[in-house]
Amino acid sequence: MKELMKKITETYGPSGLENEIRKVIYEEIKDYVDEAYTDKLGNLVALRKGKAPHLMLAAHMDEIGLVVTHVDDNGFLRISNVGGVAFSQLVGQRFVFENGTVGTIYHEKIKSFKELEWSKLYMDIGAINKDDAIKRVNIGDVAVPHQPFLEQGQRLMSKAMDNRAGCAVLIELIKRLYGSKLPQEISFVFTIQEEVGLRGARSAAYALSPQYAIAVDVTRVGDMPEAPRMDVSLGKGPAIKVMDSSVISHPQVRQNLIEIASQNGIEYQLEVLERGGTDAGAIHISREGVPSGVVSIPCRYVHTPSEMIDSNDLDNTVNLMEKVCLSPTWN
Amino acid sequence: MYLEELSPIPGVSGDEREVRKYIRECLPRKGVKVENDTMGNLLVQKRGKSSRKNAPHIMLAAHMDEVGFMISSIEKSGHLRFKKVGGLDDRVLVAKSVLVGKERVPGVIGSKAVHLQRKEERQKPYEVKNLFIDIGAKSKEDAEKLVKIGDYVSFKSSFTSVGEDCYMGKAFDDRVGCSILLELLKQKNMPSFTAAFTVQEEVGFRGARTAAYTLQPDIAIVLEGTAASDVPEAKDHEHATTLGCGPALTVMDQSVIADRELLTNLVNLAERENIPYQFRRFTGGFTDGGAIALAGEGTRTAVISVPCRYIHSPFSILQQSDYYHTLKLVQAFLENNSG
Repeated sequence: MKELMKKITETYGPSGLENEIRKVIYEEIKDYVDEAYTDKLGNLVALRKGKAPHLMLAAHMDEIGLVVTHVDDNGFLRISNVGGVAFSQLVGQRFVFENGTVGTIYHEKIKSFKELEWSKLYMDIGAINKDDAIKRVNIGDVAVPHQPFLEQGQRLMSKAMDNRAGCAVLIELIKRLYGSKLPQEISFVFTIQEEVGLRGARSAAYALSPQYAIAVDVTRVGDMPEAPRMDVSLGKGPAIKVMDSSVISHPQVRQNLIEIASQNGIEYQLEVLERGGTDAGAIHISREGVPSGVVSIPCRYVHTPSEMIDSNDLDNTVNLMEKVCLSPTWN
Repeated sequence: MYLEELSPIPGVSGDEREVRKYIRECLPRKGVKVENDTMGNLLVQKRGKSSRKNAPHIMLAAHMDEVGFMISSIEKSGHLRFKKVGGLDDRVLVAKSVLVGKERVPGVIGSKAVHLQRKEERQKPYEVKNLFIDIGAKSKEDAEKLVKIGDYVSFKSSFTSVGEDCYMGKAFDDRVGCSILLELLKQKNMPSFTAAFTVQEEVGFRGARTAAYTLQPDIAIVLEGTAASDVPEAKDHEHATTLGCGPALTVMDQSVIADRELLTNLVNLAERENIPYQFRRFTGGFTDGGAIALAGEGTRTAVISVPCRYIHSPFSILQQSDYYHTLKLVQAFLENNSG
């Protein structure tokens, strides 16, 4: 699974530009499902056909990034955020574009970091002037952190744990379930544009019209020095979400998840995320409503270039989701 | 250009009746199917010269509504208190000429006289809560003969030609889009498409959502008037769009990321047809595109805008060439993609 994690976390795929990551995921799963296709907006849908109910599992494949808004005469680029990028963390970071061009971020003259804002930041791709710059990068191009995947002890670090970790869980799950008979129909949906407002999941849920849905995503933790209070820690197992700003998990779905975890001896945590949302937020209010829940992979430093997870949590999330798919409780 | 007549019509979000009426009157008599939906959107299906099999269903959208105000209470003195409808800068309001209610009662947005303001008051910009509308009424009873709570208020602005090829007026966001849609509907030998004149964009792209759900198009192009800030007080990288540089193509705003294939298609078309274009160099703002892209099973969506300076104020300025180049680009897109 580490190899898979390295491959998919290092693949380029900010919101709106998911072509490459979709291709990589498609190649991983296509031989293990009944059908895999890209829908109208670009979600990748993989189906294990069967009888009702239809359980939809969703993990978003997009990542946050920086979009170029202006190229000046000297070849410097002005930038804006794609998704929840904190500009305070950008100075000195390297970012890479789809075509491999790398740039570093710095700021105009400021007296204190309190004055820092988007309009004072720029990216330098080493261009000697505007003509030189636009040979490589144009307005609208999007860059993502230039950071390799890293495994150190049992912890893993990457620019895009959010949410390639969730994608890895679904990919691994698809492979593990290959050949087993499932008590229900399952769609595995790798969604687009979650980071800009749960957009892909909304149209995917409408099209699929499932009876239940579970999103797999990362969540924040509170186990760092003087961290804001959050009763989720790295290494204590997958988190079963109670609520976040986008969704209150359906009580039945949450209860099912808790029972499945308990019955199978899988350590889990309960999650209340005060700020943040996931695809379940869009899915659960699709059509007449879809009872939905979320299984989260605990993650430190979400939306920074070094998002960190615990490999045991990752394995246990797959274990839990495998039991979820094989459980007849959804009937 | 329909813009000249569309611009002065009052049509604040939720009160698009007069705009819709004007558009209906302008529609061609033949070759269109017109539907006025529950929300108030006007959906006009144009039947094309020939119907290519499997041609995508293209929806072109422009919103009829504009930002404005609503009367919230009437003072004993006969002055009217009001709330904003849509995004308006409190600082541009004072001393502007307005029209109140269906009868278009003329009035002016007033404030405490500057001579009587304390130093601290003078140093602070006006806030809407300290402003009122004066229609010359002598008392509450007097005012109530002409207006009532809930009446809409719009800016009263004439449409004027300025400079060599610029226009000045209100509500270019998005009467400019409506005007272009009308021109496309009027043209002969056009391929099939559906024009959606939407309501309530300025309060959260509400009409577009139901319109797109009804139409379920394959492709949507939203036509907008967007902010240009090519003015002395803004640095180059803060211009967002520039007058005279052609239609502005949106890469992303806060409501939608343009479909990459559509965007590339538009860029290639513009280059092939020698139509100048620019990117919208700003990621803020919302458009109907956000609602349309996510209606039903989803729609591939792009947004093309005519740059307008000073939008959401009583007077915007746009350049004629940008208008015609936008029209030309959309027409080229239809000819290349529709049946």
